[in-house]
Amino acid sequence: MDLSLSTRTVGDRTVVEVGGEIDVYTAPKLREQLVELVNDGNFHLVVDMEGVDFLDSTGLGVLVGGLKRVRAHEGSLRLVCNQERILKIFRITGLTKVFPIHTSVEEAVAATD
Amino acid sequence: MATVELRFSALPEHVRTARLVAAAVARRAGVDEAVLDEVRLAVGEACSRAVGLHQSGGVTAPVRVVLTEEEKQFSIEVGDEVPHAAASHGAPGADGVAADELEPEEDEMGLAVISGLVDDVEVRADEHGGLIRMSWPTASAAVLP
Repeated sequence: MDLSLSTRTVGDRTVVEVGGEIDVYTAPKLREQLVELVNDGNFHLVVDMEGVDFLDSTGLGVLVGGLKRVRAHEGSLRLVCNQERILKIFRITGLTKVFPIHTSVEEAVAATD
Repeated sequence: MATVELRFSALPEHVRTARLVAAAVARRAGVDEAVLDEVRLAVGEACSRAVGLHQSGGVTAPVRVVLTEEEKQFSIEVGDEVPHAAASHGAPGADGVAADELEPEEDEMGLAVISGLVDDVEVRADEHGGLIRMSWPTASAAVLP
């Protein structure tokens, strides 16, 4: 399965809906999308991972890269994820402390630091 | 003899194939369903790392995956042919972190994921290449007396 990406704007947030598998082959597509959004001035991103079937460390690297880019503009990158198999990867790498992880897009969009 | 052996060109698009094959063989070998996600992820990480090492080191040889069903366990070996000892002596471009498009953390993060996921894991490297060996117990090993 390939990677699917779609973006929409909710208030001052940009929601990136990701579906499929994020791995060493597909992660560059996600990286391009995040870089493009930041270059276009979208600094508050919500990445909706509910449709993601597989995530590996390459994908984690892209998300960390996205976080670094938005933080350079005092922005934010929030994740939406309820899937245990995906959350586990964030836990074993300690990234649950790095990313705010929400249970719904609504919650992520409403969140402030 | 290996149960299933796989050799693929060091290209990112083949890593998914390796994941699917490894999960299918692990299932057949009797690895618990609940652990198959971990097998899939771990073998994917090991293969991604090997592909990255081959590409940045200019190695044209294929990446090697050996899946072995043993009496009480299922083991996976992922081998690369990047001479690691030479790399540590300063061979340019062979240190596995040269690929521009990779985030610098990725190579180490892959190993971190593997060691976080798999209890029985061994990482070796010498002048001929590197090898990650991982194993999981199979259903027959979990039977109580």
